[in-house]
Amino acid sequence: MDLILVNIIDGLVTGLLLFMLSAGLTLIFSMMGVLNFAHASFYMLGAYFAYQISLALGFWMGLLIAPLIVGVMGAGVERYGLRRVHQYGHVPELIFTFGLALLIEELVQFIWGKNQMPYQVPDVLNFTAFAIAGNSIPAYKIFMIFISVAIFIGLLYVLTRTRVGMIIQAALSYPRTVESLGHNVPLIFMGVFGVGTALAGVAGVIAGPVLGTFPGMAFVLGSIVFVTIVIGGLGSLWGALVASLLIGWVTTFAKSYNIAMSDILNGIGFSTPENLSDSLWRDLWTVTSPQIADILPYILMVLILIFRPYGLFGKRDA
Amino acid sequence: MSEQDQITTDPTKPAQRMRAGSMTISATPWIIAAVLLIAMPYLFPSRSALTIMNQMSITIVFALAYNMLLGQGGMLSFGHAVYMGVGGFVAVHVMNLISDTGAPFPMPFLPIVGGLFGMGLAMIVGSFSTRSAGTVFAMISLGVGELIAACSVIIVVFFGGEEGVSGYRDEGLPFFGFDFAQQIEVYYLIAAWLMISALLMYLYSRTPIGRMANAVRDNPERAEFLGYSARWVRYYSFAASGFFAGIAGGLFAINYEILTEENLNTASSGVILLVTFLGGVGFFFGPIIGAIAFTLLQTVLSLHTELWAFYAGVLFVATVMFFPGGLAGLIMMHVPVFQIGKAKQLVLPYFKTLIPGAVAVLGVSALVEMTFHYRHAATGDNEMTVFWTTFDSHAILPWVIALVVTFGALYLTRLNAPSLREAWAEANTPDGGAA
Amino acid sequence: MRNPIKFGLVAALAASVSASAAMADTVKIAFIDPLSGPFAGTGTNGLHQYEFAADRLVNEAGGVLGGDMFEIVAFDNKISPKESLIQLQVAIDQGIRYIAQGNSSGVANALTEAIEKHNRRNPDDRVLFLNYSAVDPALTNDKCNFWHFRFDANADIKMDALTDVMAGDDSIKKVYIIGQDYSFGKAVAAAAVKNISEKRPDIEIVGNELHPIGKVKDFTPYARKIVSSGADAVITGNWGADMLGLGKSVLENGYTGPIFTYYAAADGITAAFGETGKGSLRLVAEGQINPPVSMRATEYYNAFKEKYPEGNISQARITNVIEMLAKAINEAGSATDVVAVANALEGMEHEGLWGGKMMMRPQDHQLIQDVHIHAHTDDGITFDYDNSGFGLVVENTVTMAAMDSPTTCEMKRP
Repeated sequence: MDLILVNIIDGLVTGLLLFMLSAGLTLIFSMMGVLNFAHASFYMLGAYFAYQISLALGFWMGLLIAPLIVGVMGAGVERYGLRRVHQYGHVPELIFTFGLALLIEELVQFIWGKNQMPYQVPDVLNFTAFAIAGNSIPAYKIFMIFISVAIFIGLLYVLTRTRVGMIIQAALSYPRTVESLGHNVPLIFMGVFGVGTALAGVAGVIAGPVLGTFPGMAFVLGSIVFVTIVIGGLGSLWGALVASLLIGWVTTFAKSYNIAMSDILNGIGFSTPENLSDSLWRDLWTVTSPQIADILPYILMVLILIFRPYGLFGKRDA
Repeated sequence: MSEQDQITTDPTKPAQRMRAGSMTISATPWIIAAVLLIAMPYLFPSRSALTIMNQMSITIVFALAYNMLLGQGGMLSFGHAVYMGVGGFVAVHVMNLISDTGAPFPMPFLPIVGGLFGMGLAMIVGSFSTRSAGTVFAMISLGVGELIAACSVIIVVFFGGEEGVSGYRDEGLPFFGFDFAQQIEVYYLIAAWLMISALLMYLYSRTPIGRMANAVRDNPERAEFLGYSARWVRYYSFAASGFFAGIAGGLFAINYEILTEENLNTASSGVILLVTFLGGVGFFFGPIIGAIAFTLLQTVLSLHTELWAFYAGVLFVATVMFFPGGLAGLIMMHVPVFQIGKAKQLVLPYFKTLIPGAVAVLGVSALVEMTFHYRHAATGDNEMTVFWTTFDSHAILPWVIALVVTFGALYLTRLNAPSLREAWAEANTPDGGAA
Repeated sequence: MRNPIKFGLVAALAASVSASAAMADTVKIAFIDPLSGPFAGTGTNGLHQYEFAADRLVNEAGGVLGGDMFEIVAFDNKISPKESLIQLQVAIDQGIRYIAQGNSSGVANALTEAIEKHNRRNPDDRVLFLNYSAVDPALTNDKCNFWHFRFDANADIKMDALTDVMAGDDSIKKVYIIGQDYSFGKAVAAAAVKNISEKRPDIEIVGNELHPIGKVKDFTPYARKIVSSGADAVITGNWGADMLGLGKSVLENGYTGPIFTYYAAADGITAAFGETGKGSLRLVAEGQINPPVSMRATEYYNAFKEKYPEGNISQARITNVIEMLAKAINEAGSATDVVAVANALEGMEHEGLWGGKMMMRPQDHQLIQDVHIHAHTDDGITFDYDNSGFGLVVENTVTMAAMDSPTTCEMKRP
């Protein structure tokens, strides 16, 4: 029972981290209709920049400055790259971001080398906040939860309560009308892209110390972010939140409890074959939930796309 | 107009208004290609050259199959490697079956087995993924690709875990006396299959169903009004593409005698997307150029520099940004110039711009290599070799030379670029025609 | 239109492939390992160790066969079996007779089969496979062949040594086994279960599970299970980011016991563990770095550090590969007759640079050597890893580990 509570907290941390990435991605998508494959690469850049800054100025300056740099880079990519490719259509745009992801990974390896970076949790937060039945919850995780919740609330406030947010929302649905009202829509696009990538940068800064800062970190997270926003419904902020938490909890619980396929199969009436090691189906029988935990989101996504192509909260067809 | 290039629809570029395959209607290119394929081993008899050419041929078949989706059908797949991979795995299992039972089955027919299973899998997945194109299709392909790739380490019986499944290609029934133990025999087997599959895929694009795939790509609603089900048209393209991907898998099985997890993973799926796009999706022969260029980049350039993937990434992003028609588009841009008969006018401007341009590119890459060497090489190991010149990367002189050459070349390129643009416009204007 | 293009590219291909023709008075060793991509760090570091060992141990001592120098030729296989096979062909065409590879048992498996086939089909230019790191037991058991020599202790031998040490520790009552879901992870788990049940039947195995390789973002849930199972020891075969993620997660979530593992050092991992791993991480490996065994070893390491300040000698066995190959070539009197060299390597006894005797077991071509249990610490470190102040100190040694262990290898000799 205690473990359930611990798992809920862990799943929440994973989910909220995923949300910080998917929030930016889904904003960008609803604005420009482009799935940014390089989004996780900006997350990686955030971690590397923060590491570099933290060497000189400490963790907190890294948290402040690194996302800004990433955001400016993101805006630059939109202004000088995507905008150019935009005229060719959506597929080249997608492929452009795909190529950009490869390029950023190579660039990071070029500058920082290929090894893990010793990017550490700051000393102020390096203690155990509390423990539940011997399972300690590090203070850093609580910090991560606070940061992500604060960002979500801030984002929601800006989008629904401020003038800028209204213009952005209007530009989502009727870009031409907004443009003829005298707003600079390309500038808004650039801004949204910059903010979206800066969010990914924040996620990188705070995830780097716990999940590791290495050239493969974007690849590990890359496609799962897509899965999240597709499940949540493309363009929906709430959908991104729900899907992130869902994925966070599903994978956490699947890893924590050894649910064996043989139990499920026995439960629905199949009996375990006599000589399991000779059976052609032996691999199916020995599968356990931790083995497949990280591919569960993909199964979920395929099922959702088959039965509800809009995603959980999506309003329009992808 | 139905074959108008979907990616670049700029009406001011006449090349893109040409019908996609019109260059290859005659039999001549096919005969030249066949002669070339037969002659290649005489020009490059070493086993490594044969291996690289085999790899090229396999990539060509796969890329052409992929382009049946992307270029001709407008469907972007992020998990196409699984159809090639599954076809290949089945082919290896059949190969092992032949070895174990001594069944009289000649190796040259093995790719058909791979193709049928690739098609079978595509038919299963396609039954739900081809309902719509666009993002939904792309995302389902990504999900299914990830799932099957993940299965490859879990389902050891079929996929052999991360070590893969291996077999012996020389234990089948000899085919006219060949047992395919030597690379050269395998080369001709693969070359034959390359010709057959390329021809079949080309003919497929000429059939009504292949034409309809173009129509559905460009405007599904209109295609529906004409009485064609967009979904079924996509489904047929998908199944056919799966078949030829499976053939590529079967060829892979014969060439390498082993299939592993890497044949299925998303990285392989990504690579084939790069290859196809680099070559150009708008033309039938685009993926062929892409496959040749990429294999050279991956296999040969990586012998010379650790940074090959960096260069590949730059090339790729530059292609998307500046030449969305790919290498093939770049070539086909010149067709009208030749037709007008003004190609000669371009020679000098090209000479004046592209030579400094090429020098600038090489100069930049030399600077990149020098920076890399400066940062990462061992202490005391200051000597490095770039472009057959050995020098000290920590001395100031090579840097000055490289910088001067690079920026000088860049300056010359910029200086001459406007005249090239003018010449290009002039060469594309028929005499007496409206400008 | 495409024909001129094709010719141009093909000309480039021919030029590149034939660029470096074999020279008569060098013995070339092809180093086929990842030099780009996610595992490039390990690969590049290995290459440096090879180049350094060849220069210092062979070339500066006058070479082999009275003056032939060793040359390491690097090939980037991008840790892909397919690319490895292509690069193998390129290497063979350049006249190279010795292939060194180590990262990934999957690649080693593809290479050993390809080399076996190649040697059978082309008896004129046979090659030897010097496997310096791939530890899948199958390579010297069911899949063994005459051309393959393994210089690292395989996963079973290491586990044998590891459990010998564990068996002596009475405080260990519960053990948790966790690993990556592929052949090596499974081999580690199977060997751990077998050895523990033989040597200490009283130890309870409270967990035995696999997780997807390279796909886990957050190890916290696994760490929770380990902590709540009450385990006093964790055994894992994880490497790379999976090792770091698991280790840090387990330690940060309240686990304080030992973590017995294979690969948790160098390539940034030692630095990233830092203080966190002290007192917990125990590594099983050959080659004693700390405390240094001899003046010769100290000088060698210092010289290496001088040349590669960022590098580590993380694979001490590489010096054994070079020294034993040189010895075998001298003994065979030829660098091109690989059958003679292989026969000389078979059963060869050797005194390693890092101490201890070793012997290439003729039955299965597995090098039998001392295996050490190291601790990750910053006390008593002469040579640290990643310039972090932390490194590995030998705590226990099993001499000539698993010398009489059985093998299922049926060696077919030419």
